[in-house]
Amino acid sequence: MVEVAVSPGTLLVDLLRENLGLTGTKVGCREGECGACTVLMDGEAVNSCLIPALKVQGREVTTIEGLQKPDGSLDPIQDAFMEAGAAQCGFCTPGMILNAKALLNSNPDPDEGEIRKALSGVLCRCTGYRKIVQAVKNAASGK
Amino acid sequence: MSHAILANFESKSYLAQRSSRPRTDLEGDRKMLQAFKDLHWRRDIALKQYLVPETLPEALKMLEQYKGRARVIAGGTDVMVELRRRDYEVEALVDITRIQGMGGIEFQWDRIVLGGGVTHAQTAASPLIREKAGLLAEGCAAMGSPQIRSIATVAGNLVSGQPAADAAIPLLALDAQVTIASTNGTRVVGLSDFFLDVGKTVVDPRREILTSIEFKPLDADQGGGFLRLSKRRALSLPMLVCAVVVTLDKARQAIADAAIALGPVAPTPFRSRRIEDAIKGKPASLETLQQVAENASAYCSPRDSLLRGSCDYRQEMVKVLVKRGLRKALEQAGCVL
Repeated sequence: MVEVAVSPGTLLVDLLRENLGLTGTKVGCREGECGACTVLMDGEAVNSCLIPALKVQGREVTTIEGLQKPDGSLDPIQDAFMEAGAAQCGFCTPGMILNAKALLNSNPDPDEGEIRKALSGVLCRCTGYRKIVQAVKNAASGK
Repeated sequence: MSHAILANFESKSYLAQRSSRPRTDLEGDRKMLQAFKDLHWRRDIALKQYLVPETLPEALKMLEQYKGRARVIAGGTDVMVELRRRDYEVEALVDITRIQGMGGIEFQWDRIVLGGGVTHAQTAASPLIREKAGLLAEGCAAMGSPQIRSIATVAGNLVSGQPAADAAIPLLALDAQVTIASTNGTRVVGLSDFFLDVGKTVVDPRREILTSIEFKPLDADQGGGFLRLSKRRALSLPMLVCAVVVTLDKARQAIADAAIALGPVAPTPFRSRRIEDAIKGKPASLETLQQVAENASAYCSPRDSLLRGSCDYRQEMVKVLVKRGLRKALEQAGCVL
């Protein structure tokens, strides 16, 4: 729980990156096309570049930093991404992982089509989708 | 848009470095740089207040107090882009997503009512909508991306007034009505009278709020179809969207009634009444569908678009989509073709 004063025109992504120093959330297109800025708002994946910071008052926002557990260990999805080599340049990775997180929260055993659909709002310009999908499959099956 | 500017900007400075000629267009360069900064990197939007009312009267009062200098925001996935692009400027935004009682999908009497705060994701996942208005569930599932669908509202899809809006096209085929509230009271408008021009509807988002959308569920003798042609399966604007609702006269195996909505083939989501009239009473056969499809494209005038395809191509595709849409709807109504 944090309390920050922001101007009315501030966007959530800038609040996270500039005011709170949480630079794991990336800025890509600033118009909702690329998904690099994805965070979870009350458990649902949203583009933080399109959300006025004041919209999240009293809500729970999870960024990529928030997936790390208090003991320092990573979320199983993060581990799976590392195992599978599912990051190339890494810029889309936080968005991919958070969309995967939202999927696995509501559907712990998705098929490949469901995984691809859940990740369809994040662009990987390295085009490394195959390993990303594999990593989410592995995370779901606990491999 | 921003990408085009970026490309221009880069190629220009590249040329300037390479060229042995002296640079004369410094003013042009400066403007280009500024445009790039504004469009791509300008962070905050100019805004004096972000208001979060909890009741409808409170929200309407806030809009009234700002006398047209405030605007409604719901999911904000269009509004925020438009504000950053400076399509318009406002002093305040009135966020209507915390107003109680606007977030439900329910049966009221014989109609399905969607609250003004219902999102595309909610609609696409709703068992009631999937069973009784499947074409709307499909349209909502096709819009944007998962992150956009989870906050963008169906009401916002209507108020944005785009000619190929994925939820608007099926709602137009369903003959939906909307309720619009202002401090002067409420009014009910049918979607056939709702859209005025590209980006323009009868709702003034500086004074009014679209509070609910209602339509009749499909009966047992009715069927619906939603079809979308786009370059990719995800995150792409549609080249064409087609939604169809048919009523089957089971005894005569004929088409009793049909609604065919298309976009973008005109400045607004389009219902082709002449085709609909021509099809009434015809036998439910593949020959009828072929005939109707041939006629359909004659009434549509899509623009040549680099993004969405040429007029010629899309007129051909209107035929295909109308035929497939009708077939799908008839089969859902229990007709064997």
